[in-house]
Amino acid sequence: MSWWRTRRTQDLLFQAALLGGVVLLIGGMAWNAAGALERQNIASGFGFLDNTAGFDVVQTLVPYDETSTYGRVLIVGLLNTLLVAILGIVLTTLLGFVIGIGQLSSNWLVAKLCRAYVETLRNIPLLLQLFFWYFAVLRALPIPRDSWNIFGAFFLNNRGLYVPGPVTEPGFGLVVLAIALGTMGSLLLSWQARRRREAQGVITPVALQSLALIFVPALVISAVVGFPLHFTWPVLEGFNFEGGIVVLPELMALVIALSTYTASYIAEIVRAGIQGVAKGQIEASQALGLKRSPILRLVLVPQAMRQIIPPLTSQYLNLTKNSSLAVAIAYPDLVSVFAGTTLNQTGQAIEIIAITMGIYLTLSLLTSSAMNWYNARIALTER
Amino acid sequence: MRFLMIWLAACVLTSTAMAANSPTLERVKKNGYLRCGVNEGLIGFASPDAKGNWTGFDVDFCRGLAAVIFNDPNKVRYTPTSAKVRFTVLQSGEVDLLSRNTTWTMSRDVQLGLEFIAVSYYDGQGFMVPKKLKVTGAKQLNGATVCTNTGTTTELNLADYFRANNLKYKIIAFEKNNEVLAAYDAGRCDAYTTDASGLYAEKLKLKNPNDHLILPEIISKEPLGPAVNHGDQQWADLVRWTLFALVNAEELGVTSKNVDQMLKSPNPEIRRLLGVEGAFGEGLGLTKDWVVRLVKRVGNYGEIFERNVGQGSQLKIKRGLNALWNKGGVMYAPPVR
Repeated sequence: MSWWRTRRTQDLLFQAALLGGVVLLIGGMAWNAAGALERQNIASGFGFLDNTAGFDVVQTLVPYDETSTYGRVLIVGLLNTLLVAILGIVLTTLLGFVIGIGQLSSNWLVAKLCRAYVETLRNIPLLLQLFFWYFAVLRALPIPRDSWNIFGAFFLNNRGLYVPGPVTEPGFGLVVLAIALGTMGSLLLSWQARRRREAQGVITPVALQSLALIFVPALVISAVVGFPLHFTWPVLEGFNFEGGIVVLPELMALVIALSTYTASYIAEIVRAGIQGVAKGQIEASQALGLKRSPILRLVLVPQAMRQIIPPLTSQYLNLTKNSSLAVAIAYPDLVSVFAGTTLNQTGQAIEIIAITMGIYLTLSLLTSSAMNWYNARIALTER
Repeated sequence: MRFLMIWLAACVLTSTAMAANSPTLERVKKNGYLRCGVNEGLIGFASPDAKGNWTGFDVDFCRGLAAVIFNDPNKVRYTPTSAKVRFTVLQSGEVDLLSRNTTWTMSRDVQLGLEFIAVSYYDGQGFMVPKKLKVTGAKQLNGATVCTNTGTTTELNLADYFRANNLKYKIIAFEKNNEVLAAYDAGRCDAYTTDASGLYAEKLKLKNPNDHLILPEIISKEPLGPAVNHGDQQWADLVRWTLFALVNAEELGVTSKNVDQMLKSPNPEIRRLLGVEGAFGEGLGLTKDWVVRLVKRVGNYGEIFERNVGQGSQLKIKRGLNALWNKGGVMYAPPVR
């Protein structure tokens, strides 16, 4: 048989043709779009990122004002999205695990309540839940003048939660450095303890030592430089509170909606993960005479985690992507300020949507690779 | 390779084939209806009524165009567009024109590949506040939280105004009108800002409209008007002169009720407008009695204004700048001659 008629060559040829087709299709679409833009005299390119934005954003984690550029708007929006994603992932993980384990509780009421939570939350569209939380939160809270006052430092009203804001003074860097060094030291300590346990089977408690290592030098240094941190207090001025840090009701509603909704899925994943551990494993450890807590810690959880992590990753990705619903309740996330306002001011739809999609893709791939790394670490090591 | 060549050729052909005459008008005639991009729901300008029929000032302009082209104002398909997607919807050719309270600005006209036709409504941005705040002027809004729509000139004007007057503010920007209003009604913000016409319309939707006040300041120029895509001048002419005809009809006293008698008028300006003398409509690819169809079906500019947003409507907006030039406003249409 001649070489071009072998199965392998034909497979390769077929795949090359398919790849060529895909490239041609995408190239054709790009060419067509570029042509259409040029015919209609629509400006294109990424130069607009250097232009002055001219509008304000209500929540910015980096310095920003009306004279900043559209490129800055992109960063502001991205950070706001990251803030929601990180807060949401932490909260939803905690809640999801609690509810998931609760479903397996031997207490009838707890198990049924957790079951009801899952069935309710995951069967109502997220957007509706978002509106519910937003408008429920707004309606329940008082106007600024009648704020709920907590210890004279925290104020809660329908403009947000006002908390004292930290202001650093010179010397604060030293304290941060001390904490960082202390943390590194405590990590070293626990690593040593682990090696000792693995080598000699001796358990060395390090918790107290670690805490001391982190906080004692930091406290000493801050006393020496005169406690380089003070707080600005929120004060009612005119319409609103000034000073301090404000947590917007939009942020609260978004984080609550995203984390409670995603938690209903995570709860199911956790339940399935735990139930997926073979019964024999638990019976075997009971037979070995292990108590309830070490069974959980050493046998059940490590094996359950292996089944939980991969689907958990997709829930984290879902949460991050769902955070783009923020625009519905005016939280200034990436989609709202960049793919929304900026797109409208500049009209650069293709560029802006491409950048936005690229960012979400990057975020998702990063989350995914971090979780895969963790998954590989806890995966079954066959010896 | 051959496939690619054919494909490329097909692309080039389809894009150059329509050059003669007005391709948009040809397409509208072939479709048998006009595709009009309107607001998603702004009382008085474009909103569906209880039976699902679209009504309003901007809608009547679409109906007028349909009357001019088909002698039937109902041959229109409406595409509700949010502030965010409206330009993309027009650019991609999903609609034949945008008749949707859209501000004519230089960047939009020059960079977006659009053509603003003319001004159909002179508007300006204003503020609405709850009366209980005891605010009587926009300058007292220092430190206020302000709700508005994203993706509009409103956000920029707001920033400019507060910056120029050295006032502090917080902006809460929603994508849809309804959510802005719900948040304002729930007390999320101290003030609601948008074009004054929009404020009058949205105020009606509030729980207690009488508890709210529209401040006297107008902080920007918002010339609203229809827009079409670049590149089809004849279509742009047709849309532009339909608007001018509406204004000229009002100026000459031609109304939906008297248009048939007016055909016998000795006034040469009226005779030219209604096609009794000359054949001006034919230059637009229409028949010469195009304005008769237009005014008979939807009325003149003044009738459209009063019916939808003026004294004949819930909004009761005064003509103000939108009165004719010889009646204290700035509505001025070039003559038909």
